Amino acid sequence: MTDASLIELRGITKTYGTGDASFQALCGIDLTIRRGDFVAVMGPSGSGKSTLMNLLGCLDTPTSGQYLYQDIAVEQLDADQRSLLRRQELGFIFQGFNLLARTSALENVELPMIYRGIPRAERHHLAAQALASVGLPNKLRNTPAELSGGQQQRVAIARAIVTSPSTLFADEPTGNLDSKTTVEIMELLTRLNVDRGITVILVTHEDDVATYARRIIHVRDGLIASDETKPS
Amino acid sequence: MLGNAFLIALREIRRNLMRAFLTVLGVIIGVAAVVTMVTLGQGTTMAVKSQISNLGSNLVMLRPGMGFGPRASSAGVPNFTLRDVDALRDQVYGIAAIAPVKSSSLSTIYRQKARSTSVTGTTPEYFTINNWKLAEGRFFDENDFRDGTAVCVIGDTAKQELFGSENPIGRLIRIGAPSSSSSSTSSSKSSSSSSSSSSSSSSSTSSDTVYSSTVQVIGVLAAKGQIGMGNQDDTIIMPLTALQRRLTGRTSSRDVSQIAISAKEGSNSDRLVSDITTLMRARRNLDRNKDNDFNVFDTRQIAETLSASTQMMTTLLAAVAGVSLLVGGIGIMNIMLVSVTERTREIGIRLAIGARAREVLLQFLVEAVTLSCIGGLVGIAVAFGLCVGIAQLIQVPFVFDLKINVIAFLFSAAVGIAFGYAPARRAAALDPIDALRHE
Repeated sequence: MTDASLIELRGITKTYGTGDASFQALCGIDLTIRRGDFVAVMGPSGSGKSTLMNLLGCLDTPTSGQYLYQDIAVEQLDADQRSLLRRQELGFIFQGFNLLARTSALENVELPMIYRGIPRAERHHLAAQALASVGLPNKLRNTPAELSGGQQQRVAIARAIVTSPSTLFADEPTGNLDSKTTVEIMELLTRLNVDRGITVILVTHEDDVATYARRIIHVRDGLIASDETKPS
Repeated sequence: MLGNAFLIALREIRRNLMRAFLTVLGVIIGVAAVVTMVTLGQGTTMAVKSQISNLGSNLVMLRPGMGFGPRASSAGVPNFTLRDVDALRDQVYGIAAIAPVKSSSLSTIYRQKARSTSVTGTTPEYFTINNWKLAEGRFFDENDFRDGTAVCVIGDTAKQELFGSENPIGRLIRIGAPSSSSSSTSSSKSSSSSSSSSSSSSSSTSSDTVYSSTVQVIGVLAAKGQIGMGNQDDTIIMPLTALQRRLTGRTSSRDVSQIAISAKEGSNSDRLVSDITTLMRARRNLDRNKDNDFNVFDTRQIAETLSASTQMMTTLLAAVAGVSLLVGGIGIMNIMLVSVTERTREIGIRLAIGARAREVLLQFLVEAVTLSCIGGLVGIAVAFGLCVGIAQLIQVPFVFDLKINVIAFLFSAAVGIAFGYAPARRAAALDPIDALRHE
């Protein structure tokens, strides 16, 4: 492992179910992702890219293989330890935004800091700062229902980055957005990657979204089919 | 961690106030019912106790008659004598004061007003025994009793009826033959039997020959109020000697219709009653195989029996109300289970951003307990309002009992924990990926 590598997968497999009904979603993945990279994971539905994403995001455990995140053997952690790892190191944004309904943008962004036990005043300050950095300085009091799709995704991004994670996982972040908003969101993610050095791992099936990434990985039938890095 | 859980729970409750209100409605009703029942029950017990203690301090009443209750009969049973009173005073331990009582329903006249009132002849000790307080004037004393002075102390109702707003002290009233309406049956009965037996007499009209006499009012009693059996304040009390000499005449030495006894503080009630019974049986020459022809009522025993039964009633009602509190708890569980399902996605989000299972559990548990505690507090407030209102309505003193309020509150919190745990566990057991996928 090189100094710059953040994530290292070795021989990762994932099998759902047992016996005849079992289904192997991942069939031995080896993958290294360097700190500060911008990776797009692509593939048709059923290819295993969502399973790979859940494993990378420490939401799930592999059936076999080894997963090192910053030298932490993730496959040996229990659910609570993985929760703590996610709390400290990872940020998530989703296709459906997944904001708490009837809850203001500010309170949504404060949520991960409540679990971190950050005091109220600081929490408030950091959340407002994060919302300003995603271009929503005037929407602190608005609830998701009062925001457009693009604005909701910006709130979700603010929530994901407010704890300064080392990696940001984006699962089809533009799937519910129009092309203009898609560009805005992708530019925002690129800026976070470049300016803050946050590693971004993106799942998408849209080619023009994937072009924002520096490295594109294609997954097919539970295996990595191609892995291209743009020449910088 | 607990502080965080509390903060998150409060935010959740605030986010859906209507649902929160419906959830806790059962607990509110349950707590309000329990607290109201117990508070009013205790008020009733207290009212009963105070009414009985109003009768007299540690009052023991001795009455002629066979049996108890509705089958009681005083026909053909001899009355007591003044010597019985002396014997009891001298021979029974535990008597603080004792007074003979001779009561008759007689007509009283002042100027144009006439009415029938219970007239009691007794000794000065009677006032202490029966807890009478003076509103004005004075009680009669030993001298009045010895001399048979024509004086009387009148009750509040008698004063109102005869004198209205006039000051009765020093006035003369005429007391005489019983008014026909109140005693026609009993007087005819007693007149038919009085010739054959000198000892036969009913307690209300002791004699057929009633004279009339002018009696001076020297005191007015403070009102005691209504009690189950009748108005205690409609009374006139005078020295027994004066009653005998001037009104009823002294037809026999056996003309004491009741003996009122005040037991010494802390004396054994059962012992006192049995001592009195033994002595009276001997004095009345009752054979071993004969039943008592007199009754000994100890108001302390009556008070204990009555307050025990009201307490039993209170406990019963509180138990029924407690069941409704339990039902309220089930309501909380129901809503929390629905809430967990409805908020599966939210739980997924929380887990994804780093909440641990125990934090999710704590959040839902704290939410349930907070809801039930709020329900408990609101219920206590509702109960307070209900108690104040109902106590006034049914004429029972309102006694705020901190203990039952605290118990009801703690119970509501316990209901929250007991019924919030299962839904909270279900929430905590969710898998983050499944929860996030949940629609």
